[in-house]
Amino acid sequence: MRLEPKPAPSLAVTLLFPLAAIATTLMLTSILVLAAGASPLSVFYLVAKGAAGSQFALLETLTRATPLIFTGLAIAVAFRAKLWNIGAEAQLYIGGVVTVVLGTGALPLPSVILIPVIIVVAMAAGALLLLGPAVLKTRFGVDEVVTTLLLNFIVLLFVSMLLEGMLKDPMGLGWPQSQKVVAEAQLPRLIQGKRLHYGFVIALASAVVVWVVMKKTVLGYEMRAVGFNPEGARFVGIPVNRALLKTALLSGGLAALAGFSEVSGLKGNLTLDLSPGYGYTGIVVAMLAMLNPLGVIASAIFVAGIFVGADAMSRAAKVPSYIADVMVATSLLTMVVAILLTRFWIRWR
Amino acid sequence: MPDEELPFAGSAHSLPWTGKEASPATPLPVTDVSSNPALRLSRISKRFGPLKANEAISFDLKRGEVIALLGENGAGKTTLMNILFGHYVADEGSVEAFGEPLPPGDPRAALDAGIGMVHQHFTLADNMTVQENIALGTQSLWRMRLDRAAAQRRIEQLSADFGLAVDPAATVSTLSVGERQRVEILKALYREARILILDEPTAVLTPAETDALFRTLKLLVAKGLSIIFISHKLHEVMAVSDRVLVLRSGYLVGERETGSTDRKELAALMVGQEVKPAEVSPVKLGAPLLALEGVSTAPYNGAGLDKVSLTLTAGEITGLAGVAGNGQAVLAGLIAGIRRPTSGSISIAGREVADWSPRAALAHGVARIPEDRHAIGSIGDMSVTENVIAERYRSPRFSRMGFLNWKAAGRFAEKLIADYDVKCPSPEARIRLLSGGNMQKLILGRALDPDPAVILASQPTRGLDVGAVAYVHRMLLEARDRGAAILLISEDLEEVLALSDRIIVMSKGRFSTPSSRGERTIRELGDLMAGHSGEHSDHAA
Repeated sequence: MRLEPKPAPSLAVTLLFPLAAIATTLMLTSILVLAAGASPLSVFYLVAKGAAGSQFALLETLTRATPLIFTGLAIAVAFRAKLWNIGAEAQLYIGGVVTVVLGTGALPLPSVILIPVIIVVAMAAGALLLLGPAVLKTRFGVDEVVTTLLLNFIVLLFVSMLLEGMLKDPMGLGWPQSQKVVAEAQLPRLIQGKRLHYGFVIALASAVVVWVVMKKTVLGYEMRAVGFNPEGARFVGIPVNRALLKTALLSGGLAALAGFSEVSGLKGNLTLDLSPGYGYTGIVVAMLAMLNPLGVIASAIFVAGIFVGADAMSRAAKVPSYIADVMVATSLLTMVVAILLTRFWIRWR
Repeated sequence: MPDEELPFAGSAHSLPWTGKEASPATPLPVTDVSSNPALRLSRISKRFGPLKANEAISFDLKRGEVIALLGENGAGKTTLMNILFGHYVADEGSVEAFGEPLPPGDPRAALDAGIGMVHQHFTLADNMTVQENIALGTQSLWRMRLDRAAAQRRIEQLSADFGLAVDPAATVSTLSVGERQRVEILKALYREARILILDEPTAVLTPAETDALFRTLKLLVAKGLSIIFISHKLHEVMAVSDRVLVLRSGYLVGERETGSTDRKELAALMVGQEVKPAEVSPVKLGAPLLALEGVSTAPYNGAGLDKVSLTLTAGEITGLAGVAGNGQAVLAGLIAGIRRPTSGSISIAGREVADWSPRAALAHGVARIPEDRHAIGSIGDMSVTENVIAERYRSPRFSRMGFLNWKAAGRFAEKLIADYDVKCPSPEARIRLLSGGNMQKLILGRALDPDPAVILASQPTRGLDVGAVAYVHRMLLEARDRGAAILLISEDLEEVLALSDRIIVMSKGRFSTPSSRGERTIRELGDLMAGHSGEHSDHAA
């Protein structure tokens, strides 16, 4: 077997590949569904229905998509510059910590000031968290995959320590959870009585801003150049290391917004299960979107839909909802293959 | 041996490339020498999408013949050889070796049929000895013991027969480029190759080594081997081949007996039009613009710089010749700003520049044409527009307040495409899709458009076709006449001789004393390149 490069595919073909990847994913997961003794068609129907079959389902999917848009953007930005940020999970939690620290009454400010202040500080904290690994990478060539991945565990244990100590809710019946944030620090709901909150709007706005940054600004130009060809970028005078550090700041800040939005918009307080791996799922979201910031919105909603739909499905079809993890993981693999196929022919002899 | 009429017949000793006793009863099939050519390609076609890499190419390679395959970059030479060697499968057509059809897409079958290839980039394991490299892969995995003595005898026999002097016990990493190439040839012969394909074999050799290679090729041919010699250097093709095949855009456009053609005709066939050599006007020297003072650097890809001094003067082209790995790459990187001196100083227009970087170089009016346009000269996955503004995207012309002015950038790209006659589908096309010549024209345009004071041209025509070479040369000469100080670094001695007002030879990180146009012959320069002369000086230029 051998790979032969092929000329750039048309836009239509490029758009077809994610769809083909998703179709392949469904076929592969059918095997597991069959093994669980259910009919794949009905299971996939139930997943789709559970994800988008009603107003409630759809709003739930968008609510779940909100943190994934943030982490997906964080990954898309970093991966575009070939900065392998696997630490969005940690940056998310740091965003949550900042929200709780500033939002539980420490700052007696009205909402219109308090929320922007929290956003700025949370982003700064997430940015600084990724700056460390980025500096180690640019200065000493330390592999950022290792450092960012391991930082996830360090930060999670740090948060655990806070929740058992400084930030522990005295009224929490001993649970490792923080106090609720004050009303001024809460993002309002988009629709009264429903869970979807303004974090979703901030996520959409962030995607547009990131798209503008990548397409229109000097910074986005530098990031893409550094990602495509660091040697070439250095030769033409692009400050490669500085561009990588800026990328790290932007990426870390975006991931921290996910933590802010979950605490301030949805949960109200910080717990150790704030994120069921949104930081890692963001990698799938970004890859499915082929690192396009606007595509991240669609792929985050798709991935969220699978999770939400699978929950509903498992109640009806008696297939464990873990099938959602399998589907998401498989879609990452098929997508990587699809991206490869957009660039190469495979020759079998 | 070379004067024997029939190869192999009657040789009493063991055949050098088989190791078997040549019994008089079973000589090689002499009878069908005339009927079956060594190699027959019939209507080979290969397309990559819309691109016709090869289109209905047919030719025979006779036994004991040297064919030169001539063509510009992208003409389809490499594709054709990859099909021959089984790396690619042809869409149409077939290959026969010694009358037997060669199964497509099977490198093993090509090896078994006696086809050996010496690649442009050597495929040797640096940490192993010559003998280990040569014997690698030839012995059965199931044999418990390596027969080293026999292998060594065969290698020594082959070396002696074909003038391929190399020590079988030496580690490959200690060998020179020329020696490594000899090992590659020995490797092919050891595997009983009877057809040898050499891909641009002289690109890395000194003139003396090239002559030695040509002598070896003559010996091989005398022994009945057939050779395909791939090159775009016309004088070598004239010197070494019996027949020349010219490829252009995937088509076989010409076939000439070497004796009945000349370089002019071949060049015209290659590009499809007559090329005129560049005309050089007399030098008008100006002020010194860039000066290196006693600069040393860390080694990189061979030697580093060893206390060299150099002054580039306005209106003059300084040519730097030398065998690859003697410090040219470091010097190019230094002037381009991507390397820094460990000692010594760099001054521009008489003022020392302390913080030397690509940006500093650009800010001081140093234009750079890099050696490797794919790896560092361009960002392949970005568009033509994005590439042409790469050195100046921060100027007010192309960006304001952190936002890029894509309209201005697009206009600039279109201007360069028009001014430098670049063939490209659109400014939005990824630059990777452009041919080498068009990519180089864009890089040239990007470098020359701001009317730079100093120009670094590092291997500016490597891999380009004759037409593009002439264009690049003309552009450099025009810049010189406008008063630019130019440093031309090239492994192509003819290029250095044709363009340079002053020639310096680099060897082991040092400069020779400079010579002015026409002062030294090719042979003298060759001796300097090989480091044979002691006339290195610390303060050469």
